[in-house]
Amino acid sequence: MDTFYTDLLCVGAGLAGERVAVAAASQGFETICLSIVPPRRSHSSAAQGGMQASLGHCCMGEGDCPDVHFADTVKGSDWGCDQEVARMFAETAPIAVREMAFWGIPWNRVVAGKGTYYKGGKEYEKIEKKEKEGLITARDFGGTAKWRTCYTSDGTGHTLLFTMDNEVVRLGVTVHDRVEAIALIHDGETCMGVVARCLKTGKLRNYLAKATLIATGGYGRIYRETTNAVINDGSGAIIALDTGIVPIGNPEAVQFHPTGIVPTNILVTEGCRGDGGTLKDVNGERFMHIYEPGKQELASRDVVSRWMTHHIRLGKGVPSPYGPHLWLDIRHLGEKHIKTKLREVEEICNEFLGVDPITQMIPVRPAQHYSMGGVRTNKDGAAYGLKGLFSAGEAACWDMHGFNRLGGNSLAETIVAGKIVGEKIAEFLQGYEVDFKTAVVKDAVKKQEERIDRIIKGADGKENVYEVRNAMQDQLMDYVGIFRNGEDLKKAVDNLQVIYERSQKVGLRSYSLGANPELALALKIRGMVRMALCVAYAALQRTESRGAHAREDYPERNDRDWLKRTLATWKEGDSLPTLEYEKPSKVWEIPPGERGYGVAKIICTEDPEVCGEKKPETN
Amino acid sequence: MGRPLKFNIFRYNPEDPASVPHMESFHLEETDAMTLYIALNRIREEQDPTLMFDFMCRAGICGSCAMMINGRPDLACHTKTKALPAEINLMPLPVFKLIGDLSVDTGTWFRNMNERVRSYIHTDKVFDPNADEERMSNELADEIYELERCIECGCCVAACGKANMVPNFMGATAFNRVARFMMDPRDQRKTDDYFEIVATDDGIFGCLGLLGCEDVCPKDIPLQDQLGMLRRKMGWASVRHLFDKILPGGDAKKK
Repeated sequence: MDTFYTDLLCVGAGLAGERVAVAAASQGFETICLSIVPPRRSHSSAAQGGMQASLGHCCMGEGDCPDVHFADTVKGSDWGCDQEVARMFAETAPIAVREMAFWGIPWNRVVAGKGTYYKGGKEYEKIEKKEKEGLITARDFGGTAKWRTCYTSDGTGHTLLFTMDNEVVRLGVTVHDRVEAIALIHDGETCMGVVARCLKTGKLRNYLAKATLIATGGYGRIYRETTNAVINDGSGAIIALDTGIVPIGNPEAVQFHPTGIVPTNILVTEGCRGDGGTLKDVNGERFMHIYEPGKQELASRDVVSRWMTHHIRLGKGVPSPYGPHLWLDIRHLGEKHIKTKLREVEEICNEFLGVDPITQMIPVRPAQHYSMGGVRTNKDGAAYGLKGLFSAGEAACWDMHGFNRLGGNSLAETIVAGKIVGEKIAEFLQGYEVDFKTAVVKDAVKKQEERIDRIIKGADGKENVYEVRNAMQDQLMDYVGIFRNGEDLKKAVDNLQVIYERSQKVGLRSYSLGANPELALALKIRGMVRMALCVAYAALQRTESRGAHAREDYPERNDRDWLKRTLATWKEGDSLPTLEYEKPSKVWEIPPGERGYGVAKIICTEDPEVCGEKKPETN
Repeated sequence: MGRPLKFNIFRYNPEDPASVPHMESFHLEETDAMTLYIALNRIREEQDPTLMFDFMCRAGICGSCAMMINGRPDLACHTKTKALPAEINLMPLPVFKLIGDLSVDTGTWFRNMNERVRSYIHTDKVFDPNADEERMSNELADEIYELERCIECGCCVAACGKANMVPNFMGATAFNRVARFMMDPRDQRKTDDYFEIVATDDGIFGCLGLLGCEDVCPKDIPLQDQLGMLRRKMGWASVRHLFDKILPGGDAKKK
């Protein structure tokens, strides 16, 4: 069996994984990235709209600074985030954006003089200053006080990923693509690398590393209707959860994006609404200004998604063979704007819907979009429970997003966390040595070999892996969606436990040598159902509404009892995760208060550590 | 009731010594708004779980799913069955190494391409975290982005007559990448530096001008313009020294 030794092993080569690799490699550490696809195909490439950083160059961003970005992020998170991390993030984001410019991103720039923009369907005028001409500009995104989202047309993720991979090429970082990590190698205290499966040949390999990073993105594919790419099945979170030691933070914090197109759930960017697009109902009428007079279409994603669902429930949806939907209208932005600033949107609508957004409205509906939860780490990106294990990006719960992420903060997180965690890993590696215990490595490999053998032979049963997956996805979609309640969540947990049994009895229907796509999924399905149970069970326990977690039976945000982060671990042999809790933050720069959008009753905390001496504001 | 569709799909598993390249037929009833992404996944999940193909974003952004669709390279995810006849032939992209069935190894090829053209900004400047970014006109940023939109799907390479005959030929995607950096003022490379990279028979001078690349690019990148520009610049660079001799003060030192 092939064994590779390295200082740092990055599992996942999207933006976060590669940024960490670049940080470590530029300090001279040997680095290998594993990726299940060629790195430039990672899902980071699909992020269209942009990356938040408080440069404050454009006139609508004037006066912006890390303080304002930090406050927006904390409010967006519904006070679920770690404020120390959010502060560090907001301070570093402008540097990270400029560094990306230095590496070659063609950021859109300030053009001096008069221009027009749209808000709520109405046209307004703005004047850009001459002295700012040529500096990086920004667009408007939801839940932000200023125009702060830096962008390259609507291909921001694409240009960031290509530029980052250019750096990887420049530094000569080794990338093994089409290789999937299927288990962490550890002795209960220290992580020593991974057992991986080559998706070209089907052969197993060992990677032994002093430091291992999980940067595999989110787990959206446990939901049926998601904007996520087909590879976002939480494989990194799964191997962490499989250790029985490393916890998943806030698995129940799942974001739905307001504008997935119907029926394929492909995302059209928040930039559509940021640039002035409006949401309309079956009568062709706007409705967001009724529910959210202030931010209107640009309230945070959780709030807009809920109002859309609410409006559809009132019977105001547009009927279609794929169920009711609403309209996104960007026609008034005009052909030139759409063809330059919203080019991907134009392409997606024309090619996947047969709709021309210049003359027609786009059918949209909220779809699962982002996993705020993930491998729980400290502020340095070090995972709880195992020395030498780190995580960054959507795969991690670092935790700057709390219970809702702002648009433009995920691309920003990948680059910023990648930079910070990468530098911390380089510090960690300085002078660090690890004993690769051969017995531990041998056991880890043997366990995987046996597992593969049993699945191929159908030794535990002949369950069809695709049917098990579909059953799991249906449960989450039907009972753990945008609005949640105790009865539905209980149903989901019960049903998922039955599905969990089935997932352990999966057997292949046919055997083929090599990559074998059915085996690749079969190896993951048990872990995917475990993740689904973490989401559903943690959601059932959390008897409050916070950010994206909206309980119909507990509509208030309960800071008194629930100002805490869920930590889910999975003990071998159990049929449910073990849940523990911790305070979300050690620092409370901004004590819990109102977000300024979304209607929520708040049950206040009187914990002096959280709110100081001052009584918090309430409605 | 939708149209009955017949898919003739190339099958071969190089990892299996018993496997022989052949075509295999699958049948599906066409559904509303069916794409090849939907069709191929249904075939794998309902009929043959061993079928190998690649999808990732399923939204025309990542470039994973390029294949030969009725003889023409294109992204499978954005190809609607409605636009095709009832009999659909699917083959893997040529030029790239076959992994199995419709899946090819574009990763190795493109990493190699990126190394060959040294696809990164060359500068002796050092990043200053405390300084404002260097200014750039928005117009130029848009022009760079236009060429930066390549998704490395491999369609242009598969459609290239030269690349199909000469394995080492760089292909339009590489020329487009070079053009992108030539346009970028942050890159300090001079024409002579690019000359070394692309002015060979495996590079721009080997291009036969068939322009299959331009015809099939799913992102409509103006490849023909880049090929023309590059050939002109490199051609001029190769004869420039002659002019220097007869024209004192010639521009040999300029970019």
